[in-house]
Amino acid sequence: MKEREYETVIGLEVHVELATRTKIFCGCTTEFGGKPNSHTCPVCTGMPGSLPVLNRQVVEYAMAVGLALNCEISRCCKFDRKNYFYPDNPQNYQISQLYEPICRNGRIEIETGDVTKTVRIHEIHMEEDAGKLIHDEWEECSLVDYNRSGVPLIEIVSEPDMRDAAEVIAYLEKLRLIIQYLGASDCKLQEGSMRADVNLSVRERGASLLGTRTEMKNLNSFKAITRAISGERDRQIELLEDGKEVIQDTRRWDDNKERSYPMRSKEDAQDYRYFPEPDLPPVMISEEWINAVKKRQPELRTEKMARYQKEYGLSEYDAQIITGTKRLADLFEETAKLCGNPKKAANWIMGETLYLLKENHMDPEDASFSPAYLACLIDMTESGVINGAAAKQAFAEIFLHNTDPVVFVDTHGLRIERNDDTLRSLVQKVLDENPQAIADYQAGKKKAIGFLVGQTMKATGGKAAPGDVNRILSELLFSHKPL
Amino acid sequence: MNIIQMPALMLGQMIKNREISAVEAAQAYLAQIEAKEKSLHGFVTVDRDGALARARAAQQAIEDGTLTGPLAGVPCAVKDNIMTEGLLTTCGSRMLNSFVPAFSAEAVHRLEKAGAVILGKTNMDEFAMGSTSETSAYGPVRNPWNTDHVPGGSSGGSAAAAASCECAFALGSDTGGSIRQPSGFCGVTGLKPTYGTVSRYGLVAYASSLDQIGPVARNVPDCAAVLEAIASYDAKDSTSMKRDAYDFTESLRDDVQDLRIGIPSDYLEGGKDGVTGLSDDVRKAVLSAAETLKERGARVEEFQLNYVRYAVPAYYIIADAEASSNLARYDGTKYGYRTGSYDDLHSLYKRTRSEGFGAEVKRRIMLGSFVLSSGYYDAYYLKALKVKALIKKAFDDAFSRYDVILAPSAPTTAPRLGESLSDPLAMYLSDIYTVSANLAGLPGICLPCGFDSKGLPIGLQMLGDCFMEKKIIRAAYTFEKSRGPIDYSRCSREEAAS
Amino acid sequence: MHRRYDILEKSKGERTMDHRISDETMEYVGILAKLEQSDAERETARNDMEKMLDYVDMLNELDTDGIQPMSHVFPVSNVFRDDVVTNGDGRGETLKNADWIKDDMFKVPRTIGQ
Repeated sequence: MKEREYETVIGLEVHVELATRTKIFCGCTTEFGGKPNSHTCPVCTGMPGSLPVLNRQVVEYAMAVGLALNCEISRCCKFDRKNYFYPDNPQNYQISQLYEPICRNGRIEIETGDVTKTVRIHEIHMEEDAGKLIHDEWEECSLVDYNRSGVPLIEIVSEPDMRDAAEVIAYLEKLRLIIQYLGASDCKLQEGSMRADVNLSVRERGASLLGTRTEMKNLNSFKAITRAISGERDRQIELLEDGKEVIQDTRRWDDNKERSYPMRSKEDAQDYRYFPEPDLPPVMISEEWINAVKKRQPELRTEKMARYQKEYGLSEYDAQIITGTKRLADLFEETAKLCGNPKKAANWIMGETLYLLKENHMDPEDASFSPAYLACLIDMTESGVINGAAAKQAFAEIFLHNTDPVVFVDTHGLRIERNDDTLRSLVQKVLDENPQAIADYQAGKKKAIGFLVGQTMKATGGKAAPGDVNRILSELLFSHKPL
Repeated sequence: MNIIQMPALMLGQMIKNREISAVEAAQAYLAQIEAKEKSLHGFVTVDRDGALARARAAQQAIEDGTLTGPLAGVPCAVKDNIMTEGLLTTCGSRMLNSFVPAFSAEAVHRLEKAGAVILGKTNMDEFAMGSTSETSAYGPVRNPWNTDHVPGGSSGGSAAAAASCECAFALGSDTGGSIRQPSGFCGVTGLKPTYGTVSRYGLVAYASSLDQIGPVARNVPDCAAVLEAIASYDAKDSTSMKRDAYDFTESLRDDVQDLRIGIPSDYLEGGKDGVTGLSDDVRKAVLSAAETLKERGARVEEFQLNYVRYAVPAYYIIADAEASSNLARYDGTKYGYRTGSYDDLHSLYKRTRSEGFGAEVKRRIMLGSFVLSSGYYDAYYLKALKVKALIKKAFDDAFSRYDVILAPSAPTTAPRLGESLSDPLAMYLSDIYTVSANLAGLPGICLPCGFDSKGLPIGLQMLGDCFMEKKIIRAAYTFEKSRGPIDYSRCSREEAAS
Repeated sequence: MHRRYDILEKSKGERTMDHRISDETMEYVGILAKLEQSDAERETARNDMEKMLDYVDMLNELDTDGIQPMSHVFPVSNVFRDDVVTNGDGRGETLKNADWIKDDMFKVPRTIGQ
């Protein structure tokens, strides 16, 4: 009943960690891992006397994402300080952009089912990430690691154009696809290189004013996002039905308990006192610079799909699957170029690769095998050096351990027996052992040949090409004296 | 003349000529520090062993020819808000009472490259906030000319040390006059460069858009030489300016014939509506200095600067706002002072900061937080930035007609200790002649132009247009030549009856 | 959170406005600044702030319509670094001035989620 009365209005703030080599304001590495506080320097730990210097690559990635999302790129953007106290924020202010962000007024098309919808992008801005807080298990304390402090982020703020979890997921998947294709980030929700904060409010269907919205954080998977949206919607509706008000606050979603908790206390004023960052001059972006970034923009998904159909003769369906992630597309294309057989390459990608990814709970981005090896495997299969079953076996090794297929095939003796003389004597042996089958064949029972092929295959341990066996068997049977 | 009374360049020359060794020079200054510190307290840290080691290294490098500059082997002091690797840096605050930097400021690196020998860190108003050097957590600094009086602030320690010959020269920092005003009060020469001329990397930030490091010395040539040594473009400071020329000592010429000098009449009004509070002694001395320059061939006239009364309020809004943000990092979690007991995160922050900061710093952080807070940002902070634009324009106009603007360094001579802190607002008003240069990014030099009836120095200030250090150095040098040398023996000798 | 900030407005043309800052405002600013005062200190702090705000209100005498707020004093722009790693293991320097360290991380009171 309530589902029909209330409409959910959702906007998203998505933080994306950019794939630069260094942090946004200093020359520390952004490499993941590393001993706590080893990727730090005076700048990213807020030492007295330190000063920020902007990483040009951050600006270019932000521009690239903005262009891909159809945004207006600001001709002059500036940085501002967002002031708040928290241990993961070494200066107790974050350098961000409020007043003049780098991109504004974009849009993105999402598909849910058959429906295409436009979600508007309010703005994109650059900012620095905070460090990591780890809750100590033994003592009542938390521990701070500044390795992540200063890692560059772009924050993509949407308009409140989404209406349900499906649209939210579609939006996030589309964003991820685009940003991965640009190479700007690997956008992994679980690893935190993409983080989504959900702003949600409800209103009676038909109402024009927006309800009070709450912000939800700590959503680490699509499932959690879906659950959180439904949980918060219900919570708000319940409040309103009870005649109470929805209080604007920031809530932390606990996916284990499947509920949210208010995050802020009185001591978190949420008055960020933004003012222009005096340590950083403005960034002026010229027409030339935008054009240069545009030119360097890698092919986006739609273009690639079209090209794969044209250049490699793939079907639309196949092209869509293969370009589903940039990694898969790259693996396909490299393989296809090396072996010259796009159809086979496509089959291996769509078939075994996707299968093994699923089996091993891996993201396509984690596929790290060498396309050269797959190309080699395809060559071997096509030229009959190995058969299908052997190829699958070898591919599993390539996929998991990046093993050279030639080495694998030889070590495991998977080569198909192609020597006619060897085959001939093997077939002869089978014939000698199965006189009844010969008699059946001569009596006109064609099935007998299948039986004999099977026996031969058995005898070769599967290492014979069915074509060869059939040919030799036919020859020998034809020339066999009648029983 | 004994070692400690020599100007820095003279000492440098004698060291170069092997007439004096760097170690002798360091020892002489260290002895002077020992003699004077009890009465002056110009230093927070005296690094005796470090200084002698640096002196020995400098001497070696001079002897093998790798150090050839004019300041090689010359002992100096560095204000305690400038980072010095391995040497305690407190900013005059309890908050950093045990802080030892892991890196040195760019300006310090450059001094070391020039071969100067750092003796220690000078005392100052806490976090550079103050005009008397009385807010230091380590005790006030006293004026060497009369120890019942303040040396000025916030670089009071640097100015007192230079005047009392505890060092050949010192580095200070200037956000609203903190080099110039104490230089005036202590009868030494101090220079604030054009914003962006000396790297701010390693200067503990007070107000980022206004701060600059600069030299304090006993004469104009020394000041120019130190500026030349420390000024540079620095890629680590995004506000650093690439200057066309860094050869500031080239302008040490006794010649003002082509200079047009303006004196703002709105600076000279005193008394009646209380805007400037300018004392008669000071006004007379400044006008007399103007006459001297006129006699040397400069064109001197009065003019209306405008917006004078608005500089101080605009300055305090902007400076306190930026300070409230710059000082947020001092929270007891990463370095520095931490309170003994706390219940949770927020009480850790509040108690650490309330105990670690002194009253003046807390006052400014409160005001700064307020003027940036929701609802007040437009009315205060944004408004102040607009007034800053108006003030800059007023100076642009003035400098289209004049090469140098003459002014007092302060409305009075040094006040007595203990008189200023009870009325902070009155203290702020006394910054009227210095804050504009920070707001507009202008270079300014202060040097002694006389003494009042009590024997306290009177400071003359010369302001130049942006990037025009050479013009004000030339004007100051010419004035100094006519004025004659200052006798610092009165404040450098051993304590007799004060 | 609401706060009262009473301004007694005098007629246009007069310079001074009396600012009375409420306890709530002082507490609020204390939360923003992470500073706390004893009751005695608070009175002094309040008086100081009121006096200062009265004083800086003088800026309202100036007509600044159409004036661009000037953040940076020189028209510098586009100061960049290259995306090249220049720093190594900074652990030693980062941790050296703190006594409260565990497993090479800074120890702070328990925080409530992120």
